[in-house]
Amino acid sequence: MKRIHVSKRLNRSRGGDTLIFLMLALVGVFMALPLWYAIVSAFKPPEEIFIYPPRFYVTDPTGKNFTQLFQLVTDLVVPFSRYLFNSVFVSIASTALCVIIGALAAYPFAKKNFMGKNVLWKLIMLTLLFSGGVTSLPSYIIKAKLGLLDTYWVLILPSIASTTQMFLMRQFMMQIPDTLLEAARIDGAGEIRTFMHIVMPNVKPAWMTVMVLAFTGIWNAGSTGVIFEESLKLLPTALGQISAGGIARTGVTAAASLLLMIPPILAFVITQSKMLQTMAHSGIKD
Amino acid sequence: MKPIKYFFKRLHADRVSYLMIAPFLISFFVFTVIPVVSAIGLSFTDFNMLQTPNFVGFDNYKTLFLNDDIFMTAVKNTLIFAVITGPLSYIFCFIFAWFINELPGKLRAFMTLLFYAPSISGGAVSIWKFILSGDRYGVLNGFLLKLGVIDSPIQWLTDPEYMMAACIVVQLWLSLGMSFLSFMAGFKTVDETLYEAGAIDGIHNRFQEVWYLTLPQMKPQLLFGAVMQIASSFSVGAIPSELNGFPSTDYATHTIMNHISDYGGTRMELGYACAISTVLLSVMLLTNKVINKVLVDE
Repeated sequence: MKRIHVSKRLNRSRGGDTLIFLMLALVGVFMALPLWYAIVSAFKPPEEIFIYPPRFYVTDPTGKNFTQLFQLVTDLVVPFSRYLFNSVFVSIASTALCVIIGALAAYPFAKKNFMGKNVLWKLIMLTLLFSGGVTSLPSYIIKAKLGLLDTYWVLILPSIASTTQMFLMRQFMMQIPDTLLEAARIDGAGEIRTFMHIVMPNVKPAWMTVMVLAFTGIWNAGSTGVIFEESLKLLPTALGQISAGGIARTGVTAAASLLLMIPPILAFVITQSKMLQTMAHSGIKD
Repeated sequence: MKPIKYFFKRLHADRVSYLMIAPFLISFFVFTVIPVVSAIGLSFTDFNMLQTPNFVGFDNYKTLFLNDDIFMTAVKNTLIFAVITGPLSYIFCFIFAWFINELPGKLRAFMTLLFYAPSISGGAVSIWKFILSGDRYGVLNGFLLKLGVIDSPIQWLTDPEYMMAACIVVQLWLSLGMSFLSFMAGFKTVDETLYEAGAIDGIHNRFQEVWYLTLPQMKPQLLFGAVMQIASSFSVGAIPSELNGFPSTDYATHTIMNHISDYGGTRMELGYACAISTVLLSVMLLTNKVINKVLVDE
């Protein structure tokens, strides 16, 4: 077995370290196996997918599943590139708006005093509870009444009001020392300048985190239920229609989920340390 | 006249703040507050999107609690999901964040990614369909058959006996998300000198360290994690319908969220669906109150 070297620390024993490592390795395998299976299956030729017992490796890797995926999607009237464009466009537009508008709102909630602040903040905190999507039906009714269904707006506008993201930025902004803002004011900087040149550079980890979280959420969400026009659908929804084709499409489905997985995971890998820095301030204090 | 004058004076003095929060607030009210409030109102009507709604009093709620057996099944299933996956995933988030934090640098970053990745790999749920597939080519069946644990393939996703367990496993697998990250970060921020001081005061092992020193320090993160956990465990619905189909066999994994989309989306009985939403939101607010009390008091 591989030995891990942990520098001698307080209250740590070799035995305990080994035990923890073993447990993490065991659970880690369980966490990784499905993802690994998706990656492997994406490169399996059909005759390797239907093998008993199932294999977690591929002997004769092929890119056929990917070409077949593009063909299948292309047969769906709308070309693959259109779904890809929709997803990229909607994700980027929503993420940008979510970060900019969220940061603008987070600053006064963190550092300013204004009438109604406490009531509004309590209300926002309460709706953190609904971040799992339990309000989807009520908000669907509003979206329909506003005539937003079957437009890009229905995908972009609601993400502006992501309370979780705004909350994370506000918590991070609380850490900015008041003296810094005071100094800017004495130097004659207006509110907007202070925000742009002092606040935003100081909370870079926060908005980078929010960027990744927002992008991931929107990228994975799909457009089921609010978009019925084929040419406006998002990638996850289109790929879902393919995998609904059943067991015969195992390889293609694996290829599709692999493609969907890459952007969020890549984004997290790049920003991991920034994200942990932000989440350190995520706590609810009262 | 005085108070009104004062009101406008303050409004004017804080105008920059109001301008800054305005875009967020408008969107927040349009897509969250107004929908929730109007859903409560619509739950007392027979709203169906096409005709003007008629006031029907408590009829929807009466039907819901007295005549809708499937709703009762949905409540039972949602509670089972929430009671099992909520606390379990909360504990897992904490324990694994703790363990991973004990690892040296590079390995720690890798393990963080490994445990967090499922929650952001949106397409991965469809992979579980092949792992839990009911024939012998399903990964799980294949291995159990090979090992001789079972004689014939098990219908993990369509046999009511196993459906709930299968969904819970998948839900737990992808639940190490926001709370996990928050706890990871919480562990990193605890001051090292606290541990040194603790060692002098008689803390002898890492369990005592976590219990007496780290936990109290991490209360804010724990509160945030609890909110996130309630938010995700009560809104379970997408995973059962993806894994078990909709409606699932014998409604074995039919949740409140599934019930809402059944009445709201398929049958267009929106007044009724709003009543279901209202019940769900109330249960969540209540749970949040209770958990907040427990966490804040201790």
